[in-house]
Amino acid sequence: MSPLDRKLMRDLWRMKGQAIAIALVIALGVLMQVMMDGLVNSLDETRQAYYERYRLADVFAPVKRAPEQVSRELAGVPGVASVETRVNGGALVDLPGRAAPVRAQAVSLPDFGAPRLNDVYLAEGRRIDPARHDEILLLQGFARAHDLGPGDTLSATMNGARRRFEIVGLAEAPEFVYTPAPGELAPDDSRFAVIWMSETALQAAFDLDGAFNEALVSLTRQARVEAVLDAVDRILAPYGSTGAYGLDDQMSNRFLSEEISGLRVTSASVPPVFLAVSAFLLYIVISRMIQQEREEIGLLKAFGYSSLEVSAHYFKLVMVIAVGGALLGCAGGVATGRSFAGIYQQYYKFPFFVFKVDPPAFAIGVSVSILSAAAGGAIVLRRVFALTPAVAMRPPAPADYSRTVRFGGWVKRHLDQPSRMVLRRLIRQPWRTFAAVIGIGAGMAVAASSLNLLAGFNRVLAQNFTLIDRSDVTVTFIEPLSARTVYDLGAVDGVIEVEPVRGVPAVLRHDRHSHRGELSGLVAAPRLYRPVNRQMDDVRMRGDGVILSTALADILEIRPGDRLVVDVREGRQPVLDLPVVAIADTLIGAPAYIELEALNRALKEPGRISGAYLRIDKARSEAIYETLKDMPGVAGVSLKAESRAAVEEIMDEGAGSMRFVMTVVAFVITFGIVYNSARIAYAERARDLASLRVIGFTRAEAAFVLLGELGIITVLALPVGVAMGWGVAQLLAAGFSTELYQIPGAFVPSAFGGAALAVLGAAVFSGWLVRRDLDRIDMVSALKTRE
Amino acid sequence: MRQISTDGPVAFRTEGLTKVYGSEPAAVHALRGVDLEIPKGELVVLLGPSGSGKSTLLNIIGGLDRASGGHAWYHGLELTALSDAQLTQYRRRHVGFVFQFYNLMASLTARENVELVTEIAPDPMPADAALELVGLGARAGHFPSEMSGGEQQRVAIARAVAKQPTALFCDEPTGALDSTTGRAVLRVLCDVNARLGATVLIITHNAATAGMADRVIHFADGRIREVVENRERKAPEEIAW
Repeated sequence: MSPLDRKLMRDLWRMKGQAIAIALVIALGVLMQVMMDGLVNSLDETRQAYYERYRLADVFAPVKRAPEQVSRELAGVPGVASVETRVNGGALVDLPGRAAPVRAQAVSLPDFGAPRLNDVYLAEGRRIDPARHDEILLLQGFARAHDLGPGDTLSATMNGARRRFEIVGLAEAPEFVYTPAPGELAPDDSRFAVIWMSETALQAAFDLDGAFNEALVSLTRQARVEAVLDAVDRILAPYGSTGAYGLDDQMSNRFLSEEISGLRVTSASVPPVFLAVSAFLLYIVISRMIQQEREEIGLLKAFGYSSLEVSAHYFKLVMVIAVGGALLGCAGGVATGRSFAGIYQQYYKFPFFVFKVDPPAFAIGVSVSILSAAAGGAIVLRRVFALTPAVAMRPPAPADYSRTVRFGGWVKRHLDQPSRMVLRRLIRQPWRTFAAVIGIGAGMAVAASSLNLLAGFNRVLAQNFTLIDRSDVTVTFIEPLSARTVYDLGAVDGVIEVEPVRGVPAVLRHDRHSHRGELSGLVAAPRLYRPVNRQMDDVRMRGDGVILSTALADILEIRPGDRLVVDVREGRQPVLDLPVVAIADTLIGAPAYIELEALNRALKEPGRISGAYLRIDKARSEAIYETLKDMPGVAGVSLKAESRAAVEEIMDEGAGSMRFVMTVVAFVITFGIVYNSARIAYAERARDLASLRVIGFTRAEAAFVLLGELGIITVLALPVGVAMGWGVAQLLAAGFSTELYQIPGAFVPSAFGGAALAVLGAAVFSGWLVRRDLDRIDMVSALKTRE
Repeated sequence: MRQISTDGPVAFRTEGLTKVYGSEPAAVHALRGVDLEIPKGELVVLLGPSGSGKSTLLNIIGGLDRASGGHAWYHGLELTALSDAQLTQYRRRHVGFVFQFYNLMASLTARENVELVTEIAPDPMPADAALELVGLGARAGHFPSEMSGGEQQRVAIARAVAKQPTALFCDEPTGALDSTTGRAVLRVLCDVNARLGATVLIITHNAATAGMADRVIHFADGRIREVVENRERKAPEEIAW
């Protein structure tokens, strides 16, 4: 090994603390990049593989009742690869010890062989015996939530008849990855069940002998989805079709796609911010580190080493740190990604999950670190090379302070010499001061914006579940009922207030944009569920037009005054053309509202409601659930506490979970920058400080000169951090918002206060660390040697 | 850089050499026109008060700094006309330096410090031989922090002579040493001069050192005040401190 390389190793060992701190900062930037990119890719690929392996259909076509032969007609449609028909009906599951009934979906499996489309993954137990009509497979997530397994029995009501079933196996299916409870957006394992049973049995239960009520279609590679949908609709129209829809509009797939694209936006916007901050820090730290090597550089030049050889030496030093940090980040990213993959697999209920990072993610992380470190080194080396070796070897000439402000009488009266030293140094090297302020500010910005994001998530919950939805219970009916039901509900003992609602499934269109969702009819002056504007004031319901949530308005690119086409997918399926009259600031989901009576008028179905919001006497809640469960026509009862918990879970375990990792990373980066700033300030001033000690300054007085500078830079960095953090917070809020929930970028003072405290804490701790070194400084040797 | 012949009788020659630091009105005139010839193989001592220009001259003819005006030659090579890269080659092939504060790499052992130079020189002596030359053969594996000031300076000398330089420049080599150690260091420099035939230039504050030189150049105020040739050289051990 050449002596230069040996010098390199020993130098690295000497500066190991600082090298590790620098490497960690860049490692965390790279970690975020690798982890998030890997998760998005893996999620996408896992979904693809899962869909293919279990043959998820491309088109779903629900009908009232169609004879089996129709499937041959469907198979003849150009672009159709295969067709499967099945029975798909609603059921209510009664669970012992649980007052509220649970809505379930009953799905048929062919009596013989595996289904051509929409197969299931058997997680436990065995497949059903077609001869036994009481055998079922149960959705694994639901079974686990209620501690049910093969061998247990389940009681369910189908088509008005209560039956007992034997669970023989637990299953998952790609069409039920994401299973929200009825009338809600967030999935909740415990409140949504899927029951698979033999086709014959289910046909019998729903009076569909020899018929089906859902056709599944897969497409050939060249097929055009729209054309096939039209053809399928034409064929099924006589059989009570409610409109075929593509995989894009399939509930589970749509939410999953939303999550993935939300995560993709996050992964495209968040890691670059972190990487940029790390790269900037790397640049600053490396350039100041090389600056300190100035005399050794001069010496090597004096020996006859060429600039190229000297550069190569320092480049190696810098690269060991930068590449080491980047590789650490890659490894850390894969490790963190893997552990998240485990959480995701459970959360998305994939039977398998392969974590895989695309090479470009590594390449970006590593090359950004190399570039910023190289730039930091190169800029200083060029400056040093511009000096003759004779000049470079000498300690830098005393900086010229003559052109800084001559302090006037006031300063002289109020500031002692050490304070003036601090002040002059800051003013004399404005760029260095500026860079340090920006650096610490950037650190604070990531911390502040992360905290702001956490607060944003909480705000979504608070706004939705205390301001918008003030009910305790939501009741959903199997089909629209007469408005008289309101009185029945109101008559239930303990129910204080009832507010009816009518939701109709519809495809909402504007220009080329469309969204498959629901149009909700609310009472004219809603109290229990009311849309609000940004100022949290009521948005008045109007009969002459629809009110859209911000998210929906964004999806459809529509503004008040534009006209919205509502393609109703219920009953006689009219197509309505309605003006948009207002936008409401709803942060969860993408709802559209209209006044209830106006909706019923438009549908020509007066006095119909599909559910109700209730305020109840909580002391009597158990009895109330019992009563509601037994009421005819009730499909689901959801408690606000439960739906809130479900939304929280989706935020904490889905794409939103990333925010916790981000917060930790942000704080480590913040500490890294503050600590490095302190370290470098100390290294640069060691001689001065030793001199101060020699001429009789106490330790505390000498420390003041060093820490005073750090203190002022830190304080200056706080407002910079607030400004930068505000910008980053907007970015993060947009990045973390999905169709499911929108994170507001609103300024949360406590988040910024917390980040400021963290920066100050890091500064105090770093100050204490260098102060310890300062106390141990060897005065004589510091002055004798030339470093 | 072309190969130069070092056969001529004159090693260094300067004509009207000037050096100005900074710009008017705050300019410092370190050299105000120096004309000088130093014969090959001599041991030359440069004397003069601080700021008289001796270090500046040494730096310029050593290839560490650039002149503001005038010319300097090393044998046939015009140093004042060389590019940075050519100066690097000049230092690498011909020149050894010894500084007042040793300037050893703290992170390298004595032998490694010497190897730093033998690694890049075209015709070096083995690092251990250079350390033997300065009487530190037994200390080769020690780090600078484990050595006394005199030992560190001898390592610095070993490092400078290991490349078998034709010129050795020493800026206050004994400035940080006590008399005994100082004399030992000067003995080493004399030996190098005698054994390698290198032209040795020593800057010092200690006028008594002048006794061991072939030639003594007195500096004052950026100019040469006087050049004295000694007919007889004293041994370093005879020098008063």
